[in-house]
Amino acid sequence: MTTWLFRRLIQALFVILAMTVIVFLGVNVIGDPVEILISPDADQAERARAIIALGLDKPLWQQYLIFLQGALHGDLGRSFVFNEPALRLIGQRMPATMELAVTAVLLSIVLGIPLGLYAGLYPDSILGRSAMAGSILGFSLPTFWVGLMFIMVFAVELGWLPSTGRGATAAFLGVQWSFLTRDGLAHMAMPALNLSLGNIALVLRLTRAGVRENLPMDYVRFARAKGLSPARVVFVHVMKNILIPIVTVIGLEFGSTIAFSVVTESVFAWPGMGKLIIDSINVLDRPVIVAYLMMIVFLFIVINLIVDLLYTALDPRVRLESRQ
Amino acid sequence: MSDVAAVVREETPFHRFVHEFAESKLAVAGFVVVAIIAFLAVFASVIAPQNPYDLAQLDIMDGRLPPGSVSADGLTFWLGTDDQGRDMLSGILYGLRISLTVGAGSAIIAGIIGSALGLTAAYVGGKIETGIMRLVDLQLSFPAILVALMILAFLGKGVLNVTLALVIVEWARYARTARGAALVERRREYIEAAECLALPRWRVLFRHLLPNCMPPLIVIGTIQIARAITLEATLSFLGLGVPITEPSLGLLIANGYQYMLSGKYWISFYPGIALLVTIVAINLVGDQLRDVLNPRLRR
Repeated sequence: MTTWLFRRLIQALFVILAMTVIVFLGVNVIGDPVEILISPDADQAERARAIIALGLDKPLWQQYLIFLQGALHGDLGRSFVFNEPALRLIGQRMPATMELAVTAVLLSIVLGIPLGLYAGLYPDSILGRSAMAGSILGFSLPTFWVGLMFIMVFAVELGWLPSTGRGATAAFLGVQWSFLTRDGLAHMAMPALNLSLGNIALVLRLTRAGVRENLPMDYVRFARAKGLSPARVVFVHVMKNILIPIVTVIGLEFGSTIAFSVVTESVFAWPGMGKLIIDSINVLDRPVIVAYLMMIVFLFIVINLIVDLLYTALDPRVRLESRQ
Repeated sequence: MSDVAAVVREETPFHRFVHEFAESKLAVAGFVVVAIIAFLAVFASVIAPQNPYDLAQLDIMDGRLPPGSVSADGLTFWLGTDDQGRDMLSGILYGLRISLTVGAGSAIIAGIIGSALGLTAAYVGGKIETGIMRLVDLQLSFPAILVALMILAFLGKGVLNVTLALVIVEWARYARTARGAALVERRREYIEAAECLALPRWRVLFRHLLPNCMPPLIVIGTIQIARAITLEATLSFLGLGVPITEPSLGLLIANGYQYMLSGKYWISFYPGIALLVTIVAINLVGDQLRDVLNPRLRR
């Protein structure tokens, strides 16, 4: 187990290193930093001075080492637009994104698992069938368009919910959160549901498939034969066996939920890091782009590592395999 | 006599395939819709009531008219107009063309590259296989939207750049599928026979192995086209995809976003419906193809 963990950590480090190379090359070689960083009105002498000041006259590998050194010290440059350290800027927006993503994942559990259980236990019922049909739509519908439709129906036509923004926030542990105020919750309802639609469909289908697969098995029959209540059979015996794939998928989907919040945040003008990165790409705010990409790559590798660990903890078979 | 002919015809694999595909009415409906959409996109310039990019045909006075309005020169805007006075129906037909070209184009290019790499990995094995599959695993551990975002942040927008980004996002899935299929097929006797004939390796690979790995690749390809169209629309909506001069459905929806809040829903609504119908229809076809072409489900 320790060797396995050690090997996985080394692997993760290499992936991070490889990604720094890709991001660095992408930004510095494909886009010309001189064009972006130096004002087009500057004369030749000014240009030359700026190039030396920015270290752009050095060979590429040296520039990369300087970049890497800065990254290790948590310095990824200052935003051109906000004139603030890029990393701090992202740190400020992160709670909003995390709040949205966590709520979306919770929603997918709270709605997806019960609906999936029902659809698995009663596959021919009307609710079971419509849940399955709905899940196909959940996969097919483009997130951003569903978001627009939400705004059109619930904000413009019915006027029930506010259309954009984060609403009133309250401080907790020194960070501003929306879920602590009524207004904040009202603002969060549509974006969170929008972000979780795909995940609800996924969890629903996984749960349903798991139930259908496990119900005919011998252990279920045995539990029933023992005279256990149907509720205990489903919620304890079957549940234990179907949770492994569901937990894995929810864990992995947490990462893509954060990535997809880019779309939801843009639709609902939710001030998180996703909206920040889109705005930064549109005005070519290079340090923020780099900082965001490094941050999210790091986040992903950590999430993948945690999911792997969880998987090993939940499924004894994986543990046995890695021991051999 | 005619009965015998019918039975004989049913025996050919293609007819059996058509017959099995037609068992799902929904899938046939999906196929018909895809065919109609493809037809509309190809002949957009003939069918569309207006050329939406010919500025001479536009009148700013016709801007933001609701569906069913009639312009001064007698043209009916069945789906309304956008802020430039452009007929939405014409805009959607031209937009479909760009969406489908980018979506199908990238899926096909990615399919060729991905399948070639996946087949090579399975057939050659060793270090090459490990290298290719590591790359596939790495790529698939990041969500598509993030990879595409990253590439477009480097390259900037443009039809070619979006296509390239989609190809880079998609190839890995084909490579994984192709390798999976090829690992099974390469142990079969016909491959051994071909090798015994001392045929060149590329010939065994592409003339013998590839055709037998096609069914799963076709299924993945269909679903990937739908995914590519969605992703392109999303990227264009975010302003990172196609340029304003070549608006796809995603960009049309983005253009209507600001008018949504004042109740002018049609500028975003109808392109969205077109997008939705396209994606759902392609997915229906893909689902049925998966059932028909999957040997495990063979009845």
